[in-house]
Formats: sequence, structure tokens, C-alpha cells
Amino acid sequence: MSDPDLQWTGPEGRVLPVVTAPASVLSTVGEEVDPTDPAIVQLAADLVSTMRVSPGCVGLAAPQVGVGVQMFSLNVVGHPKTATSHGTFVLCNAKIIEASRWRPGREGCMSVPDLTGDVKRAGRIVVEAVLPGSGEAVTIATDAFEARALQHEIDHCGGKLFLDRVAGAHAIYQRKVYL
Amino acid sequence: MHELAITVIGPDRTGIVADVAEALAGVGANLTDSTMTRLRGHFAMTLVCNGPTAEEVEGALAPITTGGLLATVRRVEPESDGKPAGEPYLVSVHGADRLGIVAAVTRVVAAAGGNILDLTTRLTGPLYVLVAEVDLPAGAGEELAERLAVAAAELGVDVTLRRSDSEIL
Repeated sequence: MSDPDLQWTGPEGRVLPVVTAPASVLSTVGEEVDPTDPAIVQLAADLVSTMRVSPGCVGLAAPQVGVGVQMFSLNVVGHPKTATSHGTFVLCNAKIIEASRWRPGREGCMSVPDLTGDVKRAGRIVVEAVLPGSGEAVTIATDAFEARALQHEIDHCGGKLFLDRVAGAHAIYQRKVYL
Repeated sequence: MHELAITVIGPDRTGIVADVAEALAGVGANLTDSTMTRLRGHFAMTLVCNGPTAEEVEGALAPITTGGLLATVRRVEPESDGKPAGEPYLVSVHGADRLGIVAAVTRVVAAAGGNILDLTTRLTGPLYVLVAEVDLPAGAGEELAERLAVAAAELGVDVTLRRSDSEIL
């Protein structure tokens, strides 16, 4: 399997407001998109721009900016838990086709700003998706933190939050505020 | 040997656990199972101890319950700490806060024969979150999931029921 070049090279987008739970769009299964639709390419640019200006944000899904479709941006470059990384990219209609090496880890979400939770995720996954703009079909194999982030964002596209997967009654935590 | 159920709750401050644990140790109360956590700025302790009489423990806690801490001590009969007999499940609920979410969800769980072993709720802003660990009779999961979905739709919240098997190594 050759490793596809996913790097986002589209135009600068708009910075959109991020919606927080309990917003119904976050609990709705997103619709599949036409990756060549100019409005979708614009939304892809907006997701990247919004992700870039949000401190600590490694991924942002369309439902988080109020649009119930299956698209998200991702960038885990430089994160201490990252092993494999594909840079900054946007995927449409992504599906997990293989998942293994399940491991627990603590995660948070811009749409659930006050809580974090322990969630078991696959440490090794294969994802099929299409790229916005070209519509090129890609198959991505990745691991570690990029795999976790992909699963979190694909969950958003399916109307799921990390709260739906926390590992137990004592696995949700009040997020600490550092002043 | 007496078994005692003790609760202590009050405004959080540094040293509550140390004060309570020291007072208990001072009268020979052996602390067995406990949970201690902060709930919206209140510090809440629920403990089971064995050793002295309830009166002795009340006397030992009296000096430290002057600053707004409320303590209760009650003698209980030792219960057999039976292992859960069914299948382990996790229930997650999240949605806009409203009256009766816990009541409605736990009633559905109870009606399915589900025994709640642990449950946490958090209210952050308008978001209400409930996570419960449930011991469910074998084979009851599918029907409970359907009934929870109905209850959740009525409440306008999201619910997930899933198995929570742990690997024994």
C-alpha cells in the first residue's frame, strides 16, 4: 500500500465559531458529501483555518462548526504522542476499515470544553476516504495519536462524542483551568 | 467489631481527608471501602469502617465538624461483597440539562434487572452527562438498548449502551 500525499494545499478559509454540546448537530449522523462541490471545498478550507487558530486543536469536524456532513480536518504534527503523521489534511466520507491495538487514552474536545475522558481507541487503523477538491480516493494507514484523532473525528461525523465511549463512571474528568 | 457507614460533606478545603482519617485512626476505626470526591465545590466522603462504636466515632469527628462539615455515622450489618453475576455494561447519557434525566434512565435500567454498580453525573454549563456501570442479566442488553433509546428520545438526550468487558491478565 503506497502512502498517499494528503497535505492540504487549498486556499485560506474563514474562521468559524465552534458549537458545543448539547447542540443537536453534534448528535446527528452527518451526510456524505460530494468532495468536488465548491461549497464543500470552501468548508474544508474553513475547517483548516478554524483548526489552526484554535489553541491545542488537532482536529475539527464539520458538525463542530454546525454543518452536519462527513468531513473533518486533522493535524497532529508536533504532538508528543504522534508517531506516524500525514501533515495537515481534510478527509470526506471517511470509514475505518481496519482497527487493532486497542489502548486507553485521555481525550478532550472543543465541543465539550469542560470535560475530558478516558477512551479506548485503536492504536493502528486503516481508513478509506476521499479528498476535497480532487475527489481522489485514498487509503490511509496510521497509528498512535493520529489514529486516535482520526477515530475521534470520524465519530463526530457519525454523531458521536467521546462521552459515548468513556471507559467507566470514573473516566470523565473536569477539565483543569490553567490561568 | 462494629461495621460503620460514615458520610462527611462540606465546603472543600485543604486537609479534610487528613482530618477525618486521623480522627478515625485515633479511635481505631479501620477504613475499608470509600469514595471521596468534589461535587460542585463540596467535598463528599462516603466510607465504610470497622472497629469502634458509632458513638466513639461521632465523638472523634465532633471537633472537626465545626467548620461547616456535616458528618453522619451509622452502624450497619456487614454485607457479603458478592461479585456481580451478570454481564458488565456501560450507559452514557448526554444532553441539555433538565429535570428527571437520572430518574428516567435509571428506572429503565432497573426495570431490565440492571444493577447499577457505579454512577457519575456532571453538569457543565448547559450540558448534563451521566455515565453508569451496570450489571445486567445475561441476554438483556439488546432490549435495554431499545428501551433506553425510547426514554432518551422522550428526554431529548443521547444515550449509548455498550459492553464493558475487561481483559483479565
